[in-house]
Amino acid sequence: MAYVVPRPNLTWKEKIYLPSIVAGLAITIKHLKRMLFGQTKVVMQYPEEKWDSHMPDHYRGAPTLVKDEHGRERCVACQLCEFICPPRCIAIKPGEIPAESRFAKVEKYPEEFSIDMTRCIYCGMCEEVCPEQAIFLRKDYSITGTTRGALMHDKARLYELGGVFTGLVHKWNPKK
Amino acid sequence: MDFFFQLPWWLIVTSLAKTIFLIFLVVLPMVSYTVYAERRVSALIQDRLGPNRTGFPLTLLGFKKDFSPGLGGLGQPIADAVKFLLKEDFVPGHVNKLYFWLAPCLAMMPAIVTLAAIPFGSYLFGEKMVVADINVGLLFMFAISSVGVYGIVLAGWSSNSKYPFLGGIRSTSQMISYELAMGLSAVPVLLICGSTGLGAITDYQVREGWLLVPFTDGGLSLREVLLWIPLVLAFITFSISMFAETNRLPFDLPESETELVAGYHTEYSSMKFALFFLGEYTAMIAGSALIVVLFLGGWHLPLIPNGANQGGLEFLHAIPAWIWGIVNITVFFAKVAVLLFIFIWVRWTLPRFRFDQLMKLGWLYLFEIALVNIFLTAGILAFTK
Amino acid sequence: MSTETAAPVQMVNVQIDGVWHQFPKGTRVIEACSQAQKFIPRYCYHPKLSSPGNCRMCLVEMGMPKMTPDRKPVIGADGKPEIGWIPRPQISCAQDVAEGMGIRTDSPMVQDCRKGVMEFLLINHPLDCPICDQAGECRLQEFSVEYGQAHSRFLEPKVKKPKNVELGPRVTLDAERCILCTRCIRFMNEVAKDDVIGILDRGSFSTIACHPGRILDNNYSLNTVDICPVGALTNTDFRFKMRVWFLKETKTIDINCGTGSNIVVGSRENTIYRITPRENNEVNGVWLPDSHRLNFKWVNDPKRLQQPLVKSQPVDWRTATAIAAEILKSKTSSEVWLVASGRATNEELFLTTRLIDALEIQKQHDIIPRQGEADGLLIAADRNPNTTGAKLLGVSAKDPGSRLKRLVEGVRSGAIKVVVTLGEDLTKAGLNETDLAKLEAIIALDVLPNRTTPYATVLLPGSAWIEKRGSMINLKGRLQRLNRGAAAPGEARDDWEILRDLIHGISGSNGLYMIEDLFKAMAADVPEFGGLSLSKIGDLGLPVIKEKPAAEPAEAVI
Repeated sequence: MAYVVPRPNLTWKEKIYLPSIVAGLAITIKHLKRMLFGQTKVVMQYPEEKWDSHMPDHYRGAPTLVKDEHGRERCVACQLCEFICPPRCIAIKPGEIPAESRFAKVEKYPEEFSIDMTRCIYCGMCEEVCPEQAIFLRKDYSITGTTRGALMHDKARLYELGGVFTGLVHKWNPKK
Repeated sequence: MDFFFQLPWWLIVTSLAKTIFLIFLVVLPMVSYTVYAERRVSALIQDRLGPNRTGFPLTLLGFKKDFSPGLGGLGQPIADAVKFLLKEDFVPGHVNKLYFWLAPCLAMMPAIVTLAAIPFGSYLFGEKMVVADINVGLLFMFAISSVGVYGIVLAGWSSNSKYPFLGGIRSTSQMISYELAMGLSAVPVLLICGSTGLGAITDYQVREGWLLVPFTDGGLSLREVLLWIPLVLAFITFSISMFAETNRLPFDLPESETELVAGYHTEYSSMKFALFFLGEYTAMIAGSALIVVLFLGGWHLPLIPNGANQGGLEFLHAIPAWIWGIVNITVFFAKVAVLLFIFIWVRWTLPRFRFDQLMKLGWLYLFEIALVNIFLTAGILAFTK
Repeated sequence: MSTETAAPVQMVNVQIDGVWHQFPKGTRVIEACSQAQKFIPRYCYHPKLSSPGNCRMCLVEMGMPKMTPDRKPVIGADGKPEIGWIPRPQISCAQDVAEGMGIRTDSPMVQDCRKGVMEFLLINHPLDCPICDQAGECRLQEFSVEYGQAHSRFLEPKVKKPKNVELGPRVTLDAERCILCTRCIRFMNEVAKDDVIGILDRGSFSTIACHPGRILDNNYSLNTVDICPVGALTNTDFRFKMRVWFLKETKTIDINCGTGSNIVVGSRENTIYRITPRENNEVNGVWLPDSHRLNFKWVNDPKRLQQPLVKSQPVDWRTATAIAAEILKSKTSSEVWLVASGRATNEELFLTTRLIDALEIQKQHDIIPRQGEADGLLIAADRNPNTTGAKLLGVSAKDPGSRLKRLVEGVRSGAIKVVVTLGEDLTKAGLNETDLAKLEAIIALDVLPNRTTPYATVLLPGSAWIEKRGSMINLKGRLQRLNRGAAAPGEARDDWEILRDLIHGISGSNGLYMIEDLFKAMAADVPEFGGLSLSKIGDLGLPVIKEKPAAEPAEAVI
């Protein structure tokens, strides 16, 4: 069924448009004037001003991997982060921990773990999904590089950014 | 060719000097800084800052720090130019190569050529400050600027892709429609000044006062007051048509980003795209200059003598004439700059017309108003003779 | 279980969650509930195995009709017998339905029981799901979410049991994850008839282990991994390779023998990680021999042929097929021989017959037979998966391979100058490498380099079975479908497309662009396929040849 959109009845002043055009121009010039005389607050000028000091605790920066207080890589290559990652920037190649290692009980570790920071959207889902508390979004926000390769964070780089995190996961400690 | 060699050598030299001066030292820098102004003004209107920190990326050359000389963003046009020159000049495989290459030239060249007839100053060292002071200056400008539409049409057609094609078609109908209104709205000026030479029109305004501001000659007659009514109408219709002719918002349908990606220059990149870009801004400058010449007295400022130390206040004649020549040129470009600012201001205020609205405005209103305006002017002229 | 027997089946009335249903007598209660869309969780029960009833997960509330003192059922207000509910829960897997029986699958008592059973099962569970290969297809995970509770009330130290034990060359045991359902023990005992595993120790320390001096090396051992409801038994080959939720599961069939077992191929980004059996009671039940399921590594071999070659020089496809067609056209039909493969799909074999027609060769084509030993279960002696199809379409001789000696004679006498081989190594046809060098031209289509490929004038890289769609007929005459689970590497193409282009090069266009069209063309030509299409075959296949072919049938006991 046809529906007729009701059109407003315009007065002749509205019909010639010019008054509203002038009104519009007045609004924009007002903004321009305020900017010129510094009456408008503008955004933070990034490289000179930084907000490191007032960054909130829940800030989500670059995802990193952490080791526990015994030096064990917390990641066991369960690949849940790889699964949940919306832009699919995580790639894990799982491997088996050799029997002679002191962490042999854990059995599995990531042979390769890389996060493609050109794709990462800093959503934090990897941190949320991790059952081993192994991946955390730290406060590094200035992830830059001059090549794509430099933004491909491999395992070494991820541990370098992440460091050590104590507590929380005790299930891999040897049984009495 | 014979005719060319029979010309006196000094005419060739001075014309060349004026051309080079005008194009490379005035127009091209003006174009790039218009682009810069566009970006800054739009930013300020939208409560942003715009490009304000261009420096030299010395770190690319191995230095520790970039050099930022504190010019704000004034280096931005240079950076833009370098970027355009260094970008990959990509020609898609499906285009018609000849016209694809020809189109950007056709967009840029007419816009520059029209500037030849503009008297941008009075005299400098006895030389008239116009490249070609032809007595059909206004017709010349209309004729050449219409050629600019070919660039856009060819770009749209040769790109062999739907959005450029639609952009090209829109551009054709738009320019043809508005050319009419523009030409007709300039007729009252010709009726009053009695000449189509832009120099003559300027001279008339120096003598009798600017057409839009008739009291600049020091007095107001009844005739001037009566003529002011059709002249304001002519000014409004002419300016609106000029917006449409230069494809500026609110009439930028040929390239409307939200509908046509980028319209006729969708498939263009690098310097070829830059030529369209420059062409648009050159046309904008030419249009502003034309408005200045037709309605705002050209290079003239009340009380200031011209470059041959004529007119103006008597005691100013003591200062060397060439200084007044330069002042005249400056006044002209200052007027143009104000108009350019209005162009930009309007762009960042008004939304785009719908195509049917655009056609309706051109054919049903501007055209009629301009036509009636001619008879009105003629009537007033006859009545006040 | 079968309801298709001629004798009339006695039906019994059973009330499930308040609704009366009818089931044939002899139906297990757990199956009856499943048929009534009431799923009962279970660990130890498996429809193909006996029911020991030891996991207690399938507890339900059961009742029998109330009886009047004269042994007549009490009829309630609704005209149905009134049910006297048994106050204790009953296991539903070891009980058959009976007339007037009442079952409650979701009463508070049943829910409570399940919760309790889950808690007991998980008392000693290590909770190492992040490293467990079963995670994602683990009944413990699923039922714990559905029926269990989120926290553990168990404060004592968990029992330590052996982990990462190699039960056999292909199976790894993690005893801490084991819930002692004994499915694996029953499978080895009842199906594989190779009683090698049992339960050791008592109480909390009970562990699955091999009998002394034995290892779990039976060729069906990996089926224990399939039926293990938890992550206790894992596939050593698949261990830690990939998480199951990444696997793209493609339903297709096994091509290692004429049985044509139904399988699911798990692949991710064109890499195959594992193969598991798929239920088809007409073919393989739910089982699959280890030798067949592990024979997929060659698909991802880096040596796979990826580029068409002419005289060992890489060329594009157009050139390669054009040169091959040119070679074939330049020879008279008596100088050409064609060796097809019993591993090819019906569609490829059908195109092969078209190629044979185009070349106008007669009786100068055959397939290479492959014989092995039948194991009496699922492995047939004929190791070609589609001998039946090759015979049906007339690509092979009546007795497959019987014409090959004519090929050898012809090559040695110089009468045969060009040999086309479609996926076979000619040295297996009886030719030696001097014979191959003597030939004017060999046009070979294959997936991996073999002893023939270095001599091939034109080498056309084809696709492996998991990279193509098509159909095959197993030894019982069942038409089954292959599906594509991965893309062929490099420039390798689908075999049927290569054949089509080759025929096109010899005799002009044939209007085939899609495998569906090809099947349609084949169905129009071959009466057995009349009225069928690839989609009509379905996942479980259709019997197309009614009488059993003369070849020995694969007598599966399942």
